[in-house]
Amino acid sequence: MARGKSRRADPITAVPASRLPRFSAHAGRRIVLGIPTVWLIVLFLVPFIIVFKISFSEVRLAMPPVAPLFEWLDGRLVAIKLNFANYAFLFTDALYVSSYLYSLKVAAVSTLLCLLLGYPMAYAIARSSPTSRSVLLMLIVLPFWTSFLLRVYAWIGLLKTNGVINNMLMSIGIIHEPLTMMQTDFAVYIGIVYSYLPFMILPLYANLEKHDLTLIEAAADLGARPLTAFRRITLPQSMPGIIAGSLLVFIPAVGEYVIPSLLGRTDQLMIGRVLSDEFFENRDWPVASAVAILMLGLLVVPIMLFQHFEKRTLEAPK
Amino acid sequence: MSTQPSGPAAGAPYLRIENVTKRFGDFVAVNDVSLHVQRGEIFCLLGGSGSGKTTLLRMLAGFETPTSGKIYIDGQDMCDIPPYDRPVNMMFQSYALFPHMTVEKNVAFGLEQERLGRQEISKRVGEILEIVKMNPYLARKPHQLSGGQRQRVALARALVKRPKLLLLDEPLAALDRKLREHTQFELINIQEQLGVTFVVVTHDQEEAMTLSSRMGVMNHGQIVQVGTPTDIYEFPSTRFVADFIGSVNMFEGKLIEDEPDFVRIRCEDLGGIVYVNHGISSAPDATVWVAVRPEKINITRQAPVPAGGAHQPEVRAGENVVRGTVKEIAYMGDMSIYLVKAESGKTIRVTIPNVARHAEDRITWDETVYLSWHAASPVVLTR
Repeated sequence: MARGKSRRADPITAVPASRLPRFSAHAGRRIVLGIPTVWLIVLFLVPFIIVFKISFSEVRLAMPPVAPLFEWLDGRLVAIKLNFANYAFLFTDALYVSSYLYSLKVAAVSTLLCLLLGYPMAYAIARSSPTSRSVLLMLIVLPFWTSFLLRVYAWIGLLKTNGVINNMLMSIGIIHEPLTMMQTDFAVYIGIVYSYLPFMILPLYANLEKHDLTLIEAAADLGARPLTAFRRITLPQSMPGIIAGSLLVFIPAVGEYVIPSLLGRTDQLMIGRVLSDEFFENRDWPVASAVAILMLGLLVVPIMLFQHFEKRTLEAPK
Repeated sequence: MSTQPSGPAAGAPYLRIENVTKRFGDFVAVNDVSLHVQRGEIFCLLGGSGSGKTTLLRMLAGFETPTSGKIYIDGQDMCDIPPYDRPVNMMFQSYALFPHMTVEKNVAFGLEQERLGRQEISKRVGEILEIVKMNPYLARKPHQLSGGQRQRVALARALVKRPKLLLLDEPLAALDRKLREHTQFELINIQEQLGVTFVVVTHDQEEAMTLSSRMGVMNHGQIVQVGTPTDIYEFPSTRFVADFIGSVNMFEGKLIEDEPDFVRIRCEDLGGIVYVNHGISSAPDATVWVAVRPEKINITRQAPVPAGGAHQPEVRAGENVVRGTVKEIAYMGDMSIYLVKAESGKTIRVTIPNVARHAEDRITWDETVYLSWHAASPVVLTR
């Protein structure tokens, strides 16, 4: 509303954009991005290159127990010895292939179980009142206050032949002989699902909590029963959360070492165990490195393909 | 009291709301509301925030259940019917379009729930998108559409189910002014074309006035007045309605003459007598309020003689006239608002249409002016 009396306002003087804040913002961004970059280079990329290099070396009885890749004479490079035998070896011994497959199976089943258990929990937390929400989230994070190793050890006490679960079931009279739960796939699944469930719940919660509930009302208004509304509206929109949670469970589960070692079968090793045995028992660094590189390839290639695909489907509409 | 003509003729009401009350804990959101809406009407519920209008709408959609009272649509009791089984569709204020679905999929969603054939669905989706002129955007997703386009898709999605009742929650609130005006008329056209009964909730009186065939003004969970937009504007039944719809000058006064066809009221605010040429039924000496709309007041430099002019001889000299000083002028383009301070100290608002582009001799600040109005212009309110 243009008031008659104060019709002419002074023109607002344009404040020139100061150079100083822009410069320092730039520097700030460099520092923020630089620290993790340096961290990743020193603690991830360099070790990775070293392991990658070792995987092409030959074993020798010395310290370090690998032959050098490059031979130098008078400051000149005279020979590069690339040894692919380590990789070939992984496919000649059935131990490695079966360990890889077993690891993938355990990780896949555990991820699925985490999803089936975690989704309803995340959903319930996201739909609860704001006050109980923080309490419930706290409860999800609470196990992290105790060491991971201790928690896995605690499962031995629960699962072993004269452990808590068997004793209880026998005293109630449901079973008359103790169940064998230790050193089984079952125990490994319990251990992995128990340990990694929070990593499934938290990203799912973060996603579900942001959902616009009027969309569910709109679906109901258009004739969708609650289950249909969930299947057609909530589920598709929670896909990013499902994917993030599944990756956070699947990737560490494939390389899991502690849980299968403590709770798992002795006749079937997971690849993490094989890897550590090669390094520390056999002291065959080149083969161990090859195992590690191949495992990385097995995990990274599908994820990169998936992300590439995902980016394309996201870019198309957005 | 009746300062207002009787409501529209009765027929079998299509929507019947009977003594509906909704409580949230101690808070009464909707308080004993009864309302009838006829088939094919555009009925607007107008009220400020917290007046209970949205809660009432959500009860019609089935998202809330009344604490007590009944809702009938086309004779059918809606009490135990969940939202997904009601013959009612809603257009949400945020539109609530499904972001992961295309325009076509959004509109088809409701029909898919009815388990119609693929061909039938695409035929009806095509038809309704034709009506809202969104055919070219079938394959777009909601975030690729403008606000106005999203509004059309939301409308199409609600209408494609051929509901008995279409509920619209602030249908135009998210649109900019120009688009809003255009869309208002389009909405009326579509409603006439399809004959669907609309119930619109809005806080925007302009929207309610242009859209509705009848409207109900809500305050504190109750419907204060129901009537056509003209009824509500020209014959408000309470001070709240008079003040809520449009702007109004309200003068408190004492009833001094109360005849069947006229009243005289002494107003201290005006320092004089107000003559109104219609009767009210109230006790003598009762405190009443005289409401005069700003556009119904004339502003002149000379005292009008006799007060209301030759065509209202019953008005005595000095009645319906106030002398004052112009304190403030706001130029609005199509009209100007004058704030005139009466000798009693009361500020009176007057609007004058800007008929000529250059008025040489326009009344200006600090001039002494006379305000006068026709004896038929004021509304006398008793509460």
